[in-house]
Amino acid sequence: MLQGWIIVGVAFVYLCILFAIAYWGDKRSDEKRSIISNPYIYTLSIAVYCTSWTFYGSVGRAASAGVGFLPIYLGPTLTFIIAWFVLRKIIRISKVNRITSIADFIASRYGKSSYLGGLVTIIAVVGIMPYISLQLRAVSTSFTVLSQYPDIVMPEKLGSVSVFADTAFYVSLFLAAFAILFGTRHIDASEHHEGMVAAIAFESVIKLLAFLAIGIFVTFGIYDGFGDIFSRAQASENLEKLFTIEGAGGYSSWASLTLLSMAAIIFLPRQFQVTVVECVNEAHLRKAAWLFPLYLFLINIFVLPIAFGGLLRFPGGSVNADTFVLTLPMVEHYEGLALFAFIGGLSAATGMIIVATVALSTMVSNDLVMPVLLRLEWLRLSERSDLTGLILSIRRTTIALVLLLGYVYVRLIGESYALVSIGLVSFTAAAQFAPAIIAGIFWKGASRAGAVAGLGAGFMVWAYTLLVPSFARSGWLPESFLSDGPFGITILKPYALFWLEGLDPISHALFWTMVFNIGLLLILSLITSQSVVERSQAVQFVDIFRETSGGLRIWRGSATILEIKQLLARFIGRRRMETSFEKIEQTLERNLPDDSLAGVDVVSIAERQLAGAIGAASARIMVATVVREEMHDIDEMMEILDEASQVIEYSRQLEEKSNQLQIATDDLKAANTRLQELDKLKDGFVSTVSHELRTPLTSIRSFSEIIYDNAEMPKEQEREFLGIIVKESERLSRLIDDILDIAKMESGKLEWQMKVLDPKQVIEEALAATAGLFRQNDKVRLLTDLPDDLPSICVDSDRLVQVLVNLISNAVKFCDTIDGKVWITAKAEKANLQVSVRDNGIGIAPQEHKKVFERFQQVGNPMTEKPKGTGLGLPICVEIIRHFDGEIWVDSQLGNGATFSFYIPLAPDINLSNSDRFSH
Amino acid sequence: MTKSILIVDDEPNIVISLEYIMKNAGFNVVVAYDGEEALEKVKENVPDLVILDVMMPKLDGFEVCKRIRENPAWKSVRIVMLTAKGRDSEREKGLSFGADDYLTKPFSTRDILQRVKEILAQTAKEE
Repeated sequence: MLQGWIIVGVAFVYLCILFAIAYWGDKRSDEKRSIISNPYIYTLSIAVYCTSWTFYGSVGRAASAGVGFLPIYLGPTLTFIIAWFVLRKIIRISKVNRITSIADFIASRYGKSSYLGGLVTIIAVVGIMPYISLQLRAVSTSFTVLSQYPDIVMPEKLGSVSVFADTAFYVSLFLAAFAILFGTRHIDASEHHEGMVAAIAFESVIKLLAFLAIGIFVTFGIYDGFGDIFSRAQASENLEKLFTIEGAGGYSSWASLTLLSMAAIIFLPRQFQVTVVECVNEAHLRKAAWLFPLYLFLINIFVLPIAFGGLLRFPGGSVNADTFVLTLPMVEHYEGLALFAFIGGLSAATGMIIVATVALSTMVSNDLVMPVLLRLEWLRLSERSDLTGLILSIRRTTIALVLLLGYVYVRLIGESYALVSIGLVSFTAAAQFAPAIIAGIFWKGASRAGAVAGLGAGFMVWAYTLLVPSFARSGWLPESFLSDGPFGITILKPYALFWLEGLDPISHALFWTMVFNIGLLLILSLITSQSVVERSQAVQFVDIFRETSGGLRIWRGSATILEIKQLLARFIGRRRMETSFEKIEQTLERNLPDDSLAGVDVVSIAERQLAGAIGAASARIMVATVVREEMHDIDEMMEILDEASQVIEYSRQLEEKSNQLQIATDDLKAANTRLQELDKLKDGFVSTVSHELRTPLTSIRSFSEIIYDNAEMPKEQEREFLGIIVKESERLSRLIDDILDIAKMESGKLEWQMKVLDPKQVIEEALAATAGLFRQNDKVRLLTDLPDDLPSICVDSDRLVQVLVNLISNAVKFCDTIDGKVWITAKAEKANLQVSVRDNGIGIAPQEHKKVFERFQQVGNPMTEKPKGTGLGLPICVEIIRHFDGEIWVDSQLGNGATFSFYIPLAPDINLSNSDRFSH
Repeated sequence: MTKSILIVDDEPNIVISLEYIMKNAGFNVVVAYDGEEALEKVKENVPDLVILDVMMPKLDGFEVCKRIRENPAWKSVRIVMLTAKGRDSEREKGLSFGADDYLTKPFSTRDILQRVKEILAQTAKEE
């Protein structure tokens, strides 16, 4: 008699053994004497793949589809054959980057994107939840069936039980406790949960032994070996079709199931957990590559015999084929074996639930909750000194929630769905990760945008073609939703999307999800560009076997070792931080003082360490809070390049400026030299002026004193001396006038009364002013050549007269003493008026030509009796003519007289025509 | 014995005034209007004293002074320099070339006569 309490008791004892093994495993791990570090335990832990779905469901599927159950195990076998190429790479990448989950892996590959990590987590939770429910239901179903012993009654016929009478509920509680105890012992999720793995391996042994026991019992106990069962089955009309592929759902179904399970063995979150995250030693994979297929072979070898045995033993479908493993020993009254079968099923279910919840909790905390919390600034999480407690609480809560949700799902979905369908729905969800990961580790070009779009679209198509229909089947949506499509839109029929008919729902869903997933991944990867982080991660992932330095990292910013240490301590605790820093120092072979700057190598290692605790995406956020200014994307890099080019531009400008400055300095120096020269000139001028003033003054004073002192001087002589005094006084006045004139001209203070004038009038005015000279000196004749129609000029009349008077009086002074002649000519030449004053005197030597226009330079014989000039006459002429935009010069040979000429530009046309009008 | 004085200046009116003063004081007076002429006059008849203007065409007063001092035969010639430039540097320069006195224009006629007399009296004593 199998009382309920016996079953519960045995199950309880079994679970206690699990706890004990897990506790022992963790203890050994703490003592550094790992019990799981060998390929056999590794293989057995991977066998968590075989869930209660395998244990009960394979037989169920074989009973309806014959060899149709096989692809689920063929796929993983194929995957493990090529494990060395794919799995090993994933494991290596995960070890190097301290990957904590499949979400972490994908997020990390695509630029440590927390959004992508979150998306993967959501897909995983939604996709795996039904699978966990499936396990819970298997436990409760098997318990219900077993508890009816010796009767064989299907649970559907018993009606529903209350929550507190439901075994699944208590199992959920137990498993939650287990997962919390052994799945969240430490914060570093990338470290191994050795106790958990040990327990899982133990469970794999139990379920295998249980299944083999049933198989042997059925094959050799009830029947007479394989040959006996198969020949009997073939003999049965109903069972004959199970031996063919057609009976197994056709080739398309085979192919899609094989592909699905190939993906599932790696990409189901729990498989990723045990195969990749919990992998102690990459080398174990080599043995697991053939050990795991062997395990699968063993656990499948008796599937068909049990199925056939069950079908033969329970003809007419009165007993659900999913329960044959349990009901066959029961019907034969082997209660012990039946109990063992129950425990086997329990082990298959619990193993899956434990690993799945731990994996999901890590993902939820690291890739969903923490990134959100860390971004919520009002929480001030990044300022808290110790976050380990918070993270662990999140994980524990997640485990409890996942199990609770799983249980709720069981209660809601109920019995409507076959085990195998739920399992395959989850497989298809997990398969959505395949393109992003496979492309991610073999193709550097796969971009975040592609991964997000592919995953998102694949997930939505999955939900529409598999999840939503499951609701419809459970009666939450109308049947017509499946048969006619939503609102009768046939193109959107969930099982025949875009009118794709003729495939089973799973193949159909797989086809469309992959079309969208792979399609978008490829297209967007090709048309979008990667950020810098993405690119560096892509290179690191794809070239993981080539690269040992941990990938290139474009980097700017700074943090001290102390800051990095404090950051690590907050997430993994002070003691573990210190240990890791000791390791870092050993690896880098240098000391890292607290106040020194953390180089890119230290920060990378620290970030990976942190990633092991909270996931790559969160780790990146946290490291970024300490190491400011990490470069994020191409834009930022371009900015820096921009800055660099700006700096180059600035330095070029600077150079230019400095050149300009140099030029300016040179100019200034030149100007200064010129100023000094001018100053000297001015000094010279002042001293010359004082000399020129003193000279007439000397004569005046001397003669005044002489006359004063010699009262009896003859009258005649006295007059002569007084005459000299008068002349010298005049000279002094002229000199002062000239000096004032030239000073005014130079300083621009002279007022010019510019007017448009007839040159002839001006010349005649000058002639009138000098007429006295010619009257005094009858030896000099004046000859003029002045045309009547000279064009107008724009000048200051008085100044031009001054020039002419100066030139004429010079000519008179220096012309031939016996037959003096002075010629004055004026003519319009081109746009100028040219005036010349010529004398027939001794002339000026060519080397003196320039000198005559300089100040106080008097050329000629000082012995002439003519009044001396001031030495400023010609320089003043130069200034005046220059002001009229003209030029003055001298043509002369010694002994041939001199011709002083100047030209002045004619007045502008309008004035010219005015004057024309006047003259005509 | 009547002392002879050579007056050198390019300003005729100044020469006239000095000539009148010196003749009136009883000196034999010779005049020259530039440096070259002055040296010729010295060669013709070595004067007891030269009144020498600095700013002159051809040879300036400093050069004339230097040439006179270079010739040992003219060792006894006293030189009084005249300049319209009142700077001390000019004065130093003149004295360094061997001038016995240095007067700035416009000078006082009484003053220059006094100086000439003093210098010549001093020479007479030395002899």
